[in-house]
Amino acid sequence: MRTALRGILLAATAAAVAAMPAAAQTPKRGGILNFAIVAEPPTLDCHATTTFATIHPVAPAYNGLLRFRGDVNKKLEIVGDLAKSWEMSPDGLTWTFKLHDNVKFHDGSPMTSADVKASYERIVNPPAGVVSARKALHEEIKTIETPDATTVVFRLSEPNASMINNFASPFNCIYSAKKLAENPKYPDTEVFGTGPFMFGEHIKGSHYSGKRFDGYFEAGKPYLDGYKVFYVKSNAVVPGMQGGQFDAEFRGRTPKEREQLVEAMKDKVMVMEGPWTTGLLLIFNTKKKPFDDVRVRRALTMAIDRWNGSTALSKISMLKFVGGFTRTGSEWALPEEELLKLPGYSRDPNKAREEARRLLKEAGVENLKIRLVNRNVAEPYTPMGIYVVDQWRRIGVETDHQQLETKLYFDAQKEGNFDATIEFIADYVDDPSLQFQKLLTSKKSSISLAGHEDAILDDLFDKQSRTVDPAERRKLAHEFEKRVIDQAYAGMLYWWQRIVVLNSKIKGWELHAAHFTGQDLSNVWLDQ
Amino acid sequence: MQMLSFLVRRILLAIPTLIGVAVVTFFLIRVVPGDPVVVKLRADGAPISEATIQAERKRLGLDKPIYEQFVDYMVGLARLDLGRSLWTGQPVADEIATRFPVSFQVAIMATLIALLIAIPLGILSAVYRDTWVDYVVRIVAVSGLAIPSFWLGMLIIMALLATFNWLPKIGYVSIFQDPVANLSALIFPALAVGYRYAAVATRMMRSALLEVLREDYIRTARAKGVYRQLVVRRHALRNALLPVVTVVGLEFAFLIGGLVVTEQVFNLNGIGKLFVDATTRGDFTLIQGLVLLIAVIFIVVNIVVDVLYGMLDPRIRLS
Repeated sequence: MRTALRGILLAATAAAVAAMPAAAQTPKRGGILNFAIVAEPPTLDCHATTTFATIHPVAPAYNGLLRFRGDVNKKLEIVGDLAKSWEMSPDGLTWTFKLHDNVKFHDGSPMTSADVKASYERIVNPPAGVVSARKALHEEIKTIETPDATTVVFRLSEPNASMINNFASPFNCIYSAKKLAENPKYPDTEVFGTGPFMFGEHIKGSHYSGKRFDGYFEAGKPYLDGYKVFYVKSNAVVPGMQGGQFDAEFRGRTPKEREQLVEAMKDKVMVMEGPWTTGLLLIFNTKKKPFDDVRVRRALTMAIDRWNGSTALSKISMLKFVGGFTRTGSEWALPEEELLKLPGYSRDPNKAREEARRLLKEAGVENLKIRLVNRNVAEPYTPMGIYVVDQWRRIGVETDHQQLETKLYFDAQKEGNFDATIEFIADYVDDPSLQFQKLLTSKKSSISLAGHEDAILDDLFDKQSRTVDPAERRKLAHEFEKRVIDQAYAGMLYWWQRIVVLNSKIKGWELHAAHFTGQDLSNVWLDQ
Repeated sequence: MQMLSFLVRRILLAIPTLIGVAVVTFFLIRVVPGDPVVVKLRADGAPISEATIQAERKRLGLDKPIYEQFVDYMVGLARLDLGRSLWTGQPVADEIATRFPVSFQVAIMATLIALLIAIPLGILSAVYRDTWVDYVVRIVAVSGLAIPSFWLGMLIIMALLATFNWLPKIGYVSIFQDPVANLSALIFPALAVGYRYAAVATRMMRSALLEVLREDYIRTARAKGVYRQLVVRRHALRNALLPVVTVVGLEFAFLIGGLVVTEQVFNLNGIGKLFVDATTRGDFTLIQGLVLLIAVIFIVVNIVVDVLYGMLDPRIRLS
């Protein structure tokens, strides 16, 4: 253990040392980046998918209007991708983008505003046979105008505070208007865009490869000759990296896997760590007794010692950061001093449990037995479930912890066949409108699980989603969060830590808070 | 001519079997709860609307009543169309075709390894019954039965990493394209599986040969002064091979779709892994296609075994 920790420190130091000159170093051209993905893409169409398993292989072949750049531990920001500049009108109803005029598709044909228009129209109004997974998030887009070949104007029916994130979404790939006109389904099976890498080969269940596009609009990029993605099971990542089969897995590994890799590969690997826009929360079924009583729900969330749990759990699992329903450390996060006033966030677990017992007694609930529905994914759902069971036991609550296969888990949740369930948030960006979806009432959201009725909550959500002033929006988002925590419809458990272990020769890759972004590979090079 | 009519009869008999398999699989899968579209669109946490879920369900034809889906499926089968995967939307036949060569080659290699080990060891064990040779062979065989293939696979991977800090390249390359890459990737899983397979066949070879060696005609041959080796090779072995052929046939058929864990351990893109993925995702159409494929393989292997019986024993051919 001590050796492993020393190894991690060494690797972290090596990473820091390696990272410092990386910015100053001249990137080397050439080489193939081999990396693993622990899932398989159901489709190659960015618009139709929700999974990183599609994004990691195909993102290098596409561009969006905007994109995320930076490092989660320093500064993450939205920068232009195909857009040279952009502006939002003061009322938030018009977005105007000026595009680069030298962008080419992989066949050498020019990319123009018509391609942006066709791509966004496919997202907003998908033709028959095409599924647009994020149609609902773009429903405010009323018209898309193209006054000239390098200008696109989006007119909205009402302001949408998340629209800038949508424009930077890795899922909003820009496709060829000409090819879409010929076959609107082409992106499902054919990868053809303007990105730094062209399609190479795709063998289902085995691998995907891309090769450098020499006509890429950013001069001198990309640096790599190509990349190859291997679809593997999660438990194959450590031996695969150790055995030289691939050099990285960019979603994230567990602390134990980090230790194994660092111990085995020493300074041949570097570790990049930071917060993750993925977290676990606890949702109560308010339609069932006694969970319709706010005192019972509060007691149950208060019984969980989040602060001390974080120290222990973060050593053995991805679970780490204590926070509200927006990611800890993000611009939207509830400040710690606010959290400490809310049920479930006390620094004194004994006092909190005493209060929890009192609340249960006051509600007339004795010998409570809870059916806790969890997902049968070992990491980190199992440690989370076990921790909750243990915490509830300390206030005399017995738990029937049921870890169900993913499809049965979703089924149980949909049918309301649970007392409490461990749910998850995983988004490509920190955005209250995305992260609050599961906390809304069923009138407002089709993925609401708590079964609660709360018009004030829905109203707060609507207001924040339309408020384009960030400070004002933050205030509304905090009000929303405080209400959910106070009413204990749900309780945030932990935000995850993102641990990426990669071969030290990989340079230019940035650690983002989301595993969906930062995968275009245009800046990545190999120091070999 | 006799052989041709035998084959035609067996193939015709296979048709109702396959129809039965198709019908039972179609309805049994649908008894299992869970919505594949929800798993597909929500498993990564994205807030996907119910309208989108319904649109995808409609696109995949899952909004139709069960009987309509069944009719579509059976009509498709009559045209040799296995339908489209609910997960990828691509033809099931294409999904299977990509993975089949991997499992098929591992099964063939494991069979060859098993036969190369089992036949000589089984013969030695029977001929030198209750001697140290027999005991050694039995220990080897019992170990093979006791050690799960996937565990042996893990040991092989750990040994490769510890000794050479190396693992074979991932990704299937055809043996005709690059024999070295192909064999270096598949030899280790074939060994892991082949050892257990060899253990089963060795035990079968030993007991079958022991039984034959007790027969009167063997004693007569020995009494006439024929060498033991010659008796075993010419008279006993052929008859003792019949049960071994049965076991080898069944094991081979099982291996095509049954290397579930071993394929995962070695990162092989085979039928077993596809089966697990299809089941986890609730990809009904793909599961149906895979079950049918395995049924076809068992039928074909049974026919081949029957033909081999005829070749090994003329009495069976005549009957």
